[in-house]
Amino acid sequence: MSEVLLAAEGMTRRFGGLTANQNVNIALERGVLHALLGPNGAGKSTCINMLSGDLPPSEGTIRFKGEDITGLTAYQRSRIGIGRSYQRTNIFPKFTVLENCRLAAQSRKPRPWSLLTDALRMPDAVERARAAIAEAGLAGREERVAGTMSHGEQRQLEIAMVLATDAEVLLLDEPLAGMGSEESAQMVTLLNRLKTTRAILLVEHDMDAVFAVSDRITVMVNGQVLESGSPEQIRNSPDVQQAYLGHEAEHE
Amino acid sequence: MNSRTTTFLKLAALAGVLAFPAFGSEFYAELIAKVLILAIFAMSLDLLVGFTGLVSFGHAAYFGIAAYAVALLTPKYDPASLWLALPASVLAAAVAAFLIGLFVLRTKGIYFIMVTLAFAQMAYYVFHDTPVGGGSDGIYLNFKPDAAIAGWAPFDLNEPHHLYYFVVGAMLFVYALLKLVLRSPFGRVLVGIRSNEHRMLSLGYATFRYKLAAFTLAGGLAGLAGFLYAVLFGFVTPEYLSWHKSGDVLLMVILGGMGNLVGAIAGAVALVGLQEIFTGLTKHWQLLMGLTIVAAVLFMPGGMAATPARILARINGGKTNE
Repeated sequence: MSEVLLAAEGMTRRFGGLTANQNVNIALERGVLHALLGPNGAGKSTCINMLSGDLPPSEGTIRFKGEDITGLTAYQRSRIGIGRSYQRTNIFPKFTVLENCRLAAQSRKPRPWSLLTDALRMPDAVERARAAIAEAGLAGREERVAGTMSHGEQRQLEIAMVLATDAEVLLLDEPLAGMGSEESAQMVTLLNRLKTTRAILLVEHDMDAVFAVSDRITVMVNGQVLESGSPEQIRNSPDVQQAYLGHEAEHE
Repeated sequence: MNSRTTTFLKLAALAGVLAFPAFGSEFYAELIAKVLILAIFAMSLDLLVGFTGLVSFGHAAYFGIAAYAVALLTPKYDPASLWLALPASVLAAAVAAFLIGLFVLRTKGIYFIMVTLAFAQMAYYVFHDTPVGGGSDGIYLNFKPDAAIAGWAPFDLNEPHHLYYFVVGAMLFVYALLKLVLRSPFGRVLVGIRSNEHRMLSLGYATFRYKLAAFTLAGGLAGLAGFLYAVLFGFVTPEYLSWHKSGDVLLMVILGGMGNLVGAIAGAVALVGLQEIFTGLTKHWQLLMGLTIVAAVLFMPGGMAATPARILARINGGKTNE
């Protein structure tokens, strides 16, 4: 059951004098939705950026299925099956929903040399794109221009694009940010379905959603892992309550 | 404008170009040939500027390198073989673009503009200040390349009509080639890079390689234009590589409408046409040209390619006509 797909050991990142991540260990298993929690500035984004290859770590090792991939770039990691979505919507706003996902799917079999092929008629890429659109709950919106859709739909598209790349590891940076309650519920259902065959890392601010969907939670504070465990363990941890949950409670 | 109207207009323009030598004067035939060559040049730049989002301000380098290549490959008292000189010139430009691309494509935005200009200026001074290509005087191309294959010549570039149709054929070839490229998976990736390169990387595309391939292809096609230009006018000068030339071709792309091949052709027609009209009017024609371009940029956003649709929208009282 516990097949570790992506693991970071002793991952550290410094920006000049600031240590944004210090000695972070995290393991993502197939079938497990792993949430990454922490207050603003805790180093969650730095962590996900290092896992996706957007940012090289200063120290530490990142392994994919046991193999050292620390030196791989973002596009190389995407090619082996690590997909990510972004906190700030990062789509092709002037393309249709279908073309956004078709481009994502085309990356699996890019065929840059077949100049006689009509890209819009490549059956496998188009089918994979349509399947991903349907899975993310956007069926019927294929021909909409992505930039004209609602914020929530653009967040769904963000996920659909990652799905179209057939990623086994999903690194999702605040997929629920700015979503309405109905859209959030849909997304939570989707996440539950996706995790059966994949490993998911979820960076999220929405506490209720995190406790509803995650199997495992890692809490970061000041660039370090404070605690990692089951939602129950995290909920009852005095350290976490002190550092994060308690902090929130004070504000309320 | 619907696609049937545009197709009709394109075919009408093509028919006019094809029929022209039968009726028009030789002077204007040469002018049309010049426009068509510059249209190839503009389309090649549009692949970078309009479709990939790479604003190169040194595109004349590849045009000039191929022009010099054919001049240097032509012996003093004999013509060179077309079937050797043409591929060799295009290849020289493509190789130069590949090597320069390896460096310049590591930069972005304004830095990319400056670095492409810097490399083009280097190439300019190689021909301007060294004896390689006859210095600032340039070289005469005394003989146009010979099209003979083993003694049999399908056509003769010394015949103005033959040369004219050769240029028309080259332009149609480049148009069709770029249409295919843009329709292919490769072309879709280029357009994706223009829209959002960061996302293309995270989707698993090695964007640098795609940009390098586009830069090399654009350089090779600019080289084809440079080759034809040298053959048409029979001489080459360092001015072919100058930043004025790079600026002119960029203006054609902007005037015509970026990201539209027909727009690039229209831009070449417009720029050469305006030059002809204004130089006939006054010695200070560049002033008129500058004002026209400022007006065009202000009042024709999207360039000439977007203008018919805007006019139609105006006529229909703001309602879009599709």
